[in-house]
Amino acid sequence: MLVNRRQFLLDSGKTACAAGLLAGGVLAYSKSNCALASQALRPPAALPEEDFLAACLRCGLCVQACPYDTLKLARPFDDAPTGTPFFTARKVACEMCDDIPCAKACPSGALDNHIENINDARMGVAVLIDHQHCLNYLGLRCDVCYRVCPLIDEAINLELQHNARTGKHAFFLPVVNSDVCTGCGKCEQACVMEKAAIKVLPRDIAVAKGGEHYQLGWEEKAAAGESLVPNELVLPVRRPEGL
Amino acid sequence: MNQIPLHNIDVSRGFFVRNRFLILRRMVQTGVLALFLIGPLFSVWILRGNLSSSLLLDTVPMTDVFSFLQMLLAGHWPELSALLGVLVVAGFYVFAGGRTYCAWVCPVNPVTDLAAWMREKLAIKQHMRISRQFRVWVLLAVLVATLISGSIVYEYVNPISHAYRLVIFASFGSVWFVVAVFLFDLLISRRGWCGYVCPAGVVYAQLGKLSPLKVAALDRQQCDDCMDCYKVCPEPQVIKPALKGEAGGVSPVISDSACTLCGRCIDVCDQHVFSFSSRFAQMAEKSL
Repeated sequence: MLVNRRQFLLDSGKTACAAGLLAGGVLAYSKSNCALASQALRPPAALPEEDFLAACLRCGLCVQACPYDTLKLARPFDDAPTGTPFFTARKVACEMCDDIPCAKACPSGALDNHIENINDARMGVAVLIDHQHCLNYLGLRCDVCYRVCPLIDEAINLELQHNARTGKHAFFLPVVNSDVCTGCGKCEQACVMEKAAIKVLPRDIAVAKGGEHYQLGWEEKAAAGESLVPNELVLPVRRPEGL
Repeated sequence: MNQIPLHNIDVSRGFFVRNRFLILRRMVQTGVLALFLIGPLFSVWILRGNLSSSLLLDTVPMTDVFSFLQMLLAGHWPELSALLGVLVVAGFYVFAGGRTYCAWVCPVNPVTDLAAWMREKLAIKQHMRISRQFRVWVLLAVLVATLISGSIVYEYVNPISHAYRLVIFASFGSVWFVVAVFLFDLLISRRGWCGYVCPAGVVYAQLGKLSPLKVAALDRQQCDDCMDCYKVCPEPQVIKPALKGEAGGVSPVISDSACTLCGRCIDVCDQHVFSFSSRFAQMAEKSL
């Protein structure tokens, strides 16, 4: 009896260990696969990446709901975790459908189907990543990224600057407002360069975050109705004693 | 028992009768896949999505029970659609016999069947025997890994998902996961993947525990010990209790939830021993 029990425990232990090793391998593989998540642009209304990977069932309903074939289901060796939906802005950008069929199709809530306005989507953020080669930064009037933006003059503005090279022209510099940009990728897709000078990056990578305790003086001032610091601030005079 | 001549081949049973459930299963397997495929190919949307989660006729949601479990353990509470979907699927298999999924729907089944068939043809004897409990441990370990990582980890490797993505979403890299299962079954372990490893099968087996639909050796006294049923069965251990249990008063119903209800034993048995039946078959017999 004792031998049988010992044998049973040994066998079970062996089996369990082997299964554990297998699952460990799967876990390690999935981790290396998830590293790709940092580059992937998700459909509109996707949960933050970590929650997204817990919620997405990899069913592809959003991909099939996309009328423009923008969304792809990541295949092994694609730049996104296998089986999850993503899009490559340079190839096919998001057309920002008013009815947001992809998010509405999601059965699990990995895409939040309560989203009402596509302009609230935050798929990524456009970054003019190479000033050196951007035609507008060279003083030309390309403006393509600005013109194709669905939120022109909100998500991308052209800022005037004096062109010192010619002395009589202006630079029209495309500047992205990261609070407004949806990350649809139209600008990246349309950029006339052989390799895009403006690229859409996941917000995790491209958007900075100030300290929780940071306050902007002018906002605080507007909220309080007056400056938080007295106008005539008298600062103590500090100098070495005896002078 | 003795009056029946050994291996009494019934010549009246032609190819189609001897393979009727195999043919029917292949039709169901390809049929389900085809319903998913005609959407992206011809814009005929009967089924959207894939086996992980889908939408039938734009109304009925269906969600894979194993994927759903993983999602819960990864820490996500789903929307109504996936909740209803998992109820639909679980409800169906509770009545239709849990591992009917394995034999009638799962796209890996034809692959492992092919491997088993080629094994026979190529006379490959090498077989790694693993504990049948291994797959239960794999399931537990996968669920723990899901819990730890907070991500649906198994779906990166699940050959079922890969096979469907391969066909429906032209995910060609997925073919390697299917090939790996094929080679494992062909060269390493006979019917090894589904029999020892696949955790999805364990989930569906649990669902089928209470299923009324079963295969039963109702005419077991006709058995002439030809062993054909054991040879074709993907889970041969489930047959013996029902087939040989008469003396011990064991029910002829194959009650082991590992039975995939593939019906292959019904196909090959010339003595008409097996049939699809209900788990209450013996009770009915007794009451007669």
